[in-house]
Amino acid sequence: MNIVSDLRKAIKELLADKKIDLFIGWEKGSLPLSATPLFITSEDEADRAVFDITCGNNLSIYFTKDRKQFADKKVGIAVKGCDARSVVLNILEKQIDRENVVIVGVPCHGVLDKKKVLAKTDGREVLELTDNGDTVTVIGKGYELSFDRSEILSSSCLACIYPDAQEYDMFVGEPRAEVPNENRLKEIKEFEALSTSERWAHTREEYEKCIRCYACRNVCPSCYCNVCFVDQNDPGWIGNTCEFTDSIIFHVIRNLHVAGRCVECGACARACPMDINLLLLNRKVAWEVKDRFGDIAGLDINGKPAMVDFREDEKQDFIMG
Amino acid sequence: MSEWQPKILAILCNWCSYAGADLAGVSRMQYPPNIRVVRVPCSGRVDPLFIMKSLQSGFDGVLISGCHPGDCHYISGNYVARRKFAVLKPLLEFIGIEPDRVQFSWISAGEGERFATVVTKVTEDIRKLGPSTKLVKKL
Repeated sequence: MNIVSDLRKAIKELLADKKIDLFIGWEKGSLPLSATPLFITSEDEADRAVFDITCGNNLSIYFTKDRKQFADKKVGIAVKGCDARSVVLNILEKQIDRENVVIVGVPCHGVLDKKKVLAKTDGREVLELTDNGDTVTVIGKGYELSFDRSEILSSSCLACIYPDAQEYDMFVGEPRAEVPNENRLKEIKEFEALSTSERWAHTREEYEKCIRCYACRNVCPSCYCNVCFVDQNDPGWIGNTCEFTDSIIFHVIRNLHVAGRCVECGACARACPMDINLLLLNRKVAWEVKDRFGDIAGLDINGKPAMVDFREDEKQDFIMG
Repeated sequence: MSEWQPKILAILCNWCSYAGADLAGVSRMQYPPNIRVVRVPCSGRVDPLFIMKSLQSGFDGVLISGCHPGDCHYISGNYVARRKFAVLKPLLEFIGIEPDRVQFSWISAGEGERFATVVTKVTEDIRKLGPSTKLVKKL
């Protein structure tokens, strides 16, 4: 509880001292499973801010997707580890000035995946959710269920190694540096151990589900082109159908567009209405970038995003000898 | 019906590989006629989307070639291209596309012979794999 009160105190101070014009955080949502983004300009409103397991939204998307609102404003933003990396990327990509943003880190212990909760309740409506630390209790009409926190965490959080912001101006509590996580590469290694045809069968099964609603793209903090390549119609590179090859090309190219920029926040996977395992490809690309170029997206505020940089002596094992 | 022949798209950079192909031609070197050449200003111009799109349109394989590292006409185009391909190739393999379908090489303007060897090798690799069906759009 003290995290929430400390966060509110920090927001009040920032707004009272006129260090920021606007604060972006989370407030209790009208539905119990998801917090709502909160925009406040005066310190009296600071008590609306919350932070808990339901605060999944990566708030940095407002810097790029709603940028008019933030022109010439000093903005404070509450960030989890992944969100902080998105903010750093936005700064590196010149979407927002470092001086105009006050990064307020909050200690993150993972956010929930609504789909996993609803699977537990057999789709019955959840009216109340209580986070008890290691366990989570949900209450609905005529039932009460309690389960392990790890059972409902977003799959991105289960493999997270940077739960807390590495670049921040203020931190509520004690920030943790890199946290080792044995699940980090587990899924990729397991998938790579399959044969080519098994991998293809899995890809087909997953991406045939895609309905091309573009929720993954719209919620992605790294996807902010004014005109996305799938919306272009002159030249129309890619068909706007749910046909499998169109879908897989969309996803592969989107993954490459966010290569070296994906912070693995898992927003895409949580937003996907068809429950496609989008993170598998994202993780593979992020790992490939880390392995080959030594870059982790959004960690180094003085660095350069991996795909606009190069070194002359990189390994080129994939090029014919 | 004659025997199936692979159809391969070769995307060549204007300054090195295209001139290499030219040299192979004027030197009367023999190489398989399975490639269709697209000339681009630089290997850095090659968007991974081109590769995906050509596989979707029915090409059995794609060969991309540019100047050797350090020889780029635009100084660093091929270094940037190399990073893109370094991520694309493992990703395609990861989702279950045969790795030999998409190949990359560096060929300079003086390496006509090498061009013929590369095209021969790529054609043979793709012939072994058979027709590409995985990413072809069927409507």
